[in-house]
Amino acid sequence: MTATETSPVDDVAVNANGVAVGRHLLSVADIGVDAIREILHLTDRFVEVGERNIPKVPALRGKTVCSLFFEDSTRTRMSFETAAKRLSADTMSFSVSSSSVNKGESVRDTIETVQAMGVDAFVVRHRSAGVPWQITDWVEPHVSVINGGDGWHAHPTQGLLDAYTLLQARAGEAGPEASLDGLHIGLVGDIKHSRVARSDVEIFTSLGAKVTLIAPPTLLPPAVDTWNVDVSFDLDSMLPQLDVVALLRIQNERMVEALIPSIREYVGGYGLTSERMGLIRPDAFITHPGPMNRGVEVAVDVLEHHPGALVTRQVTNGVAVRMAVLFLLLGSGVDVT
Amino acid sequence: MSASPTQSGTVLIRGGEVVDPTGRRRADIGIRDGKVVAVGDALDAEGVDHVIDAGGCIVSTGFVDLHSHLREPGQEEAETIQSGSRGAALGGYTTVLAMPNTIPAIDSASIVRDVMQLAETALCDVLPTGAITKGRAGEELAPMAEMAALGVTMFTDDGSGVADNTLMRRAMEYATGLDVTLAQHCEDPALSQGGSMHEGEWSSRLGIPAQPAEAEELMVMRDVALAKLTGAKAHFQHLSTRRSIEMVREAKALGLPITCEATTHHFTLTHAECASYNPVFKVNPPLRTDDDVLAVREALADGTIDAIATDHAPHAPENKELPFDQAPPGMLGLETALALALTELDLPIERVLALMSWVPAKLGGIGHEVDGTIAEGTRADLAIIDPAVQWTVSGAAMASPSRNTPYEGRSLTGRVRHTIHRGEIVVMNGEAQR
Repeated sequence: MTATETSPVDDVAVNANGVAVGRHLLSVADIGVDAIREILHLTDRFVEVGERNIPKVPALRGKTVCSLFFEDSTRTRMSFETAAKRLSADTMSFSVSSSSVNKGESVRDTIETVQAMGVDAFVVRHRSAGVPWQITDWVEPHVSVINGGDGWHAHPTQGLLDAYTLLQARAGEAGPEASLDGLHIGLVGDIKHSRVARSDVEIFTSLGAKVTLIAPPTLLPPAVDTWNVDVSFDLDSMLPQLDVVALLRIQNERMVEALIPSIREYVGGYGLTSERMGLIRPDAFITHPGPMNRGVEVAVDVLEHHPGALVTRQVTNGVAVRMAVLFLLLGSGVDVT
Repeated sequence: MSASPTQSGTVLIRGGEVVDPTGRRRADIGIRDGKVVAVGDALDAEGVDHVIDAGGCIVSTGFVDLHSHLREPGQEEAETIQSGSRGAALGGYTTVLAMPNTIPAIDSASIVRDVMQLAETALCDVLPTGAITKGRAGEELAPMAEMAALGVTMFTDDGSGVADNTLMRRAMEYATGLDVTLAQHCEDPALSQGGSMHEGEWSSRLGIPAQPAEAEELMVMRDVALAKLTGAKAHFQHLSTRRSIEMVREAKALGLPITCEATTHHFTLTHAECASYNPVFKVNPPLRTDDDVLAVREALADGTIDAIATDHAPHAPENKELPFDQAPPGMLGLETALALALTELDLPIERVLALMSWVPAKLGGIGHEVDGTIAEGTRADLAIIDPAVQWTVSGAAMASPSRNTPYEGRSLTGRVRHTIHRGEIVVMNGEAQR
């Protein structure tokens, strides 16, 4: 198993294969394709751990992981906390509703206060892009910061689990040389405001997939021509070509901002309705990061009948991917077996 | 405003290279009672109270900043007129125009009087600008005539632009009767939607809500049209895009009474800086593209841009630790402006001094007193510049209680060594004297 040790460069952990994984996980773009493959390969092992009768290993005994959620997200927090517990780490949890942020406490004060209780890693979710980067300036040298989603910007563990789920669906595992070569992935929905889309595009393209963004122009990011993707406004013509249909959540507030005239019109053009299911290849995979708006991005019962629907597998793999991330960042060298 | 009694007396500046609109020459300068009393070779030092060695230095009239936020009244934790004027003096400024977006806004004669009173003990002249609209709310005209009667020559709602077309037309019409200048922060708020950076490749990648260049350009376009309609003197503040500058160039070619300024950060920094997510790089108008920076530099060289302004905008450190999209926009500028111009612009010193002193003095309404000329009888507002010294920027070392310089740690060339304001030595060897 990949034991980790601290390198002479004090903010970089280097695992046994010599691949550098930063002290923090802020975005998939930051860590590079070798580290992405390392995490995905390690995830294979944690998927196996998750299938055991007692899905728990002692690897992070004595470590403390604090989830620091300045924006509600029950799923991501539960997934990280489950991952930490399966690695025998202790967990702490801080959420905005039960915090003093509403009383005007700054993010920095929160970090410094919680850190003083003894923390090895912060998992941070914030509605503003970049907050995890700012936090890296305020943590002690041994503390890792893991981005649990920042604004519209990045959600690296979601990107990793999405990539892992596709690798697993295709080949049963990621293996040491994970590749999405030859896959054509269509991302459908609100790309502009989606941290999931940014992380997915980053990881899918770096693993060799071709990505097409499918959305009305008002839901595409500015300067999309600088992204390494194709763009389409016609879901119907794209569906027969896609190996993967990756749906994104659409939020009602986008109508208020006049980005789309109505949900009905959006569904008419971009919703995965039962009629459109007939255009999808039988062997195509369908993913959704959740939570799903039934009747908006996707019709009420279409996914249940499609063998390539991977939504629950994404959730299961989310725990394994987060175990791999925590282990690589905090691993004390204890063998996970 | 008069010279402080602590530093009155006679001053002799010896051995400097005097640069003014009439040319360059080696000359000594004698000062008494706030005025230059002699310019010439080997002036006699006998009986002079203070002799300043200006060997290797350039002697110029002091700089004039058309655009400073001194935060008083209302945000004294970020800056005061005293601390701001100290920073200004350290940067070589002898006059700054204080923006009216204080709390409350400078939108009435009584607040103008308050600011003028606070400025009496400042280390430079602090001239309040007045708001165009009451409370800078963009709804009703502020009493411009009452403020103009106290000496206010420039009006602006800076921090935001006047969005209402008809209201801006009325303001311009009204201003023509007062012979004052209307300065505009050009930003169409409906289009900018308060975006925190320039909309483009970087905002797309970083996921930061952004504003397009067109939000600035639309208001420039409108104000050029309204200036043509009304004949008002219009001044564009902190222009930051190539197209904005082109529109001003076109308007000037038509002979319209339009002037404009650019900030130091818009000719030195681009939107790529925002990749750090450090809110010190958040400013409004936002940092733009490489091509926009190039356009600003070209326009500084060819005269389309009339003045370098600082848009000195202090913010207390805790506010610059907020998330990028929540942090207030703005950067410190007074103490780095000259060095950035000398280090980053490939311009003759005369052009730099025109941009920082001679021209903004006219635009700021003090051209009848200070026009760049150094001669017997002129006001003794002088900056003595060491053009070769290398130094490293440190926010903590600045006069402001704020530290939000985007140039922290950067090595720059050229610095003001001494500043004389109305005959008083306010900065000596790089140290503020009070």
